[in-house]
Amino acid sequence: MELSQLNVERVRSAIQQRTTTALALAEAHYAEIQKEDGRIGAFLTLCKERALEQADRIDRMAAEGKPLPPLAGVPVAIKDVMSTRGVRTTAGSKSLEKYIPPYDCTAVTRLEAAGAVILGKTNCDEFAMGSSNENSAFHPVRNPRDLTRVPGGSSGGSAAAVAADMAVVALGSDTGGSIRQPASFCGVVGLMPTYGRVSRYGLIAFASSLDHIGPLTKTVKDSAIVLQTIAGRDPMDSTSADVPVPNYVAELEKPIRGLKLGVAKEYFGEGLDEEVRQSVESAIDRLKNLGCEVVPVSLPHTPYAIPTYYLIATAEASSNLARYDGVRYSYRAPGVKSLSEMYRRSRDEGFGAEAKRRIMLGTYALSAGYYDAYYLKAQKVRTLLTRDFEEAFRKVDAIVTPTSPTAAFRLGEKSNNPLAMYLADIYTVTADLAGIPGISIPCGQTREKLPVGLQILGKHFDEATILRVAHAYEQSAQTGS
Amino acid sequence: MKVTEQDVAYVAGLANLELSGDERTGMLRDLNSILDYIDRLNELDTSNVEPMAQVSDRYGVDQSKQGSDRFAYATRDDIVEGLRKSLSQQAALENAPDADGTFFRVPKVIER
Repeated sequence: MELSQLNVERVRSAIQQRTTTALALAEAHYAEIQKEDGRIGAFLTLCKERALEQADRIDRMAAEGKPLPPLAGVPVAIKDVMSTRGVRTTAGSKSLEKYIPPYDCTAVTRLEAAGAVILGKTNCDEFAMGSSNENSAFHPVRNPRDLTRVPGGSSGGSAAAVAADMAVVALGSDTGGSIRQPASFCGVVGLMPTYGRVSRYGLIAFASSLDHIGPLTKTVKDSAIVLQTIAGRDPMDSTSADVPVPNYVAELEKPIRGLKLGVAKEYFGEGLDEEVRQSVESAIDRLKNLGCEVVPVSLPHTPYAIPTYYLIATAEASSNLARYDGVRYSYRAPGVKSLSEMYRRSRDEGFGAEAKRRIMLGTYALSAGYYDAYYLKAQKVRTLLTRDFEEAFRKVDAIVTPTSPTAAFRLGEKSNNPLAMYLADIYTVTADLAGIPGISIPCGQTREKLPVGLQILGKHFDEATILRVAHAYEQSAQTGS
Repeated sequence: MKVTEQDVAYVAGLANLELSGDERTGMLRDLNSILDYIDRLNELDTSNVEPMAQVSDRYGVDQSKQGSDRFAYATRDDIVEGLRKSLSQQAALENAPDADGTFFRVPKVIER
């Protein structure tokens, strides 16, 4: 079986019908990783023993003729910010270079319970802080579509692993666009669910009010299947919502004719690459031809999203990253004489430049005398940004935008200019701030054959509608109708 | 310039970071450039706007209740080892850079 042709249902039914085994599929993916990952750099740690044990369990079920669970035998890669018991989890940071968690992230537990085979942990920007994956303390990830370019970030390793057929499915995390932007750069599907839809238990915290776990997949249907598995209330995360989980796969097939799609001019302004604009506009035309009604909407506070995000995210990060003190599980600098020297030098040597920059900005924004002017102000603008969406969603069922203003940029292109890098998230951060779900799906490519992403944003807890629109687009684009 | 060299040193201290001379210079430049950009928030009048700390402020909340009772959906009974067994002492110490089997070990706390 060609690895590129695999999806969740094909894997499961091939194993159920005994035309292949979970073990053979896991081995085939490890062989592909062995062959390809030297030049891509998507993985930081492999957990072959755990994977083969799970594969064997699935194969025994298949041999006994038992019905297989929904993700049976599906080879999965996990972003290295999600804790995996007994498997090193670094968050892309030197400070956690040797950290081996004593427990599993709920999303990982649920995937394995549904039969998934965890292949290993994927590279990412340190503590998920970045838009290019160049902030990994270990090595950058290269875009499988063009090795001179970045895969996006921070879930760059997860996006690259799926794009290069080194995994069928990956989990990523999204705080300001970190699932959708790399999905767009690598030409795969990336879904950020509603805040609270998926438990964050076991996710290494960056900005707790903005962090989301979600899938990166080859197809929209796979995205729906994975969401089905990981969604729902978890008593271990008090912010996980007690809201019923619909049958996402069944909802996919409902017609999209008559749905109202909002288009906001604020997402098509200055800074949007011309080729990206053309791809996204023809995608919107296609949706119109499929029977959707396109309605202009206004999201007037959009220009304030990036500054709001970089105050709230850094403030929360400065507090979350205080735990890396060199005492319990994080890096400790050698040869220190006193406790305070140990804290300072361990953090200095353990954190990379971007983590320190964000800790500094966040600490400054929270410090006495600046709290009202920066942090509180940003929280108020967050309300305005959320109201923009609430207003728009009174008129439309979903909003369509570009995922990122450009296609994948070159390694090193923005790494010396933090502000230019932050602006790569200009179309994604607002959804994180408002807590609404968003999906990025491939919608064509540039002349240089770089993928372009279409972003579809939905109402709180209405993943079903954005998945349905994405699925209809994908099916139509594939048949070229 | 909003942030001065002294501010950088003060904030680094609050954050328990040392920062080398070069890092401080870079930090001074980057923080000022980012804060200049952030300044555009002042174009907005937010005097009558409620701050938003959490997305869950906007859903799942029982507005008929007061205080933390509004978040009743997020509470659970407080039972010992109700959700997950506590980590054993050994497991809790496993990742420590320095431990003696019972305690985490750190350099001298009281300096004189």
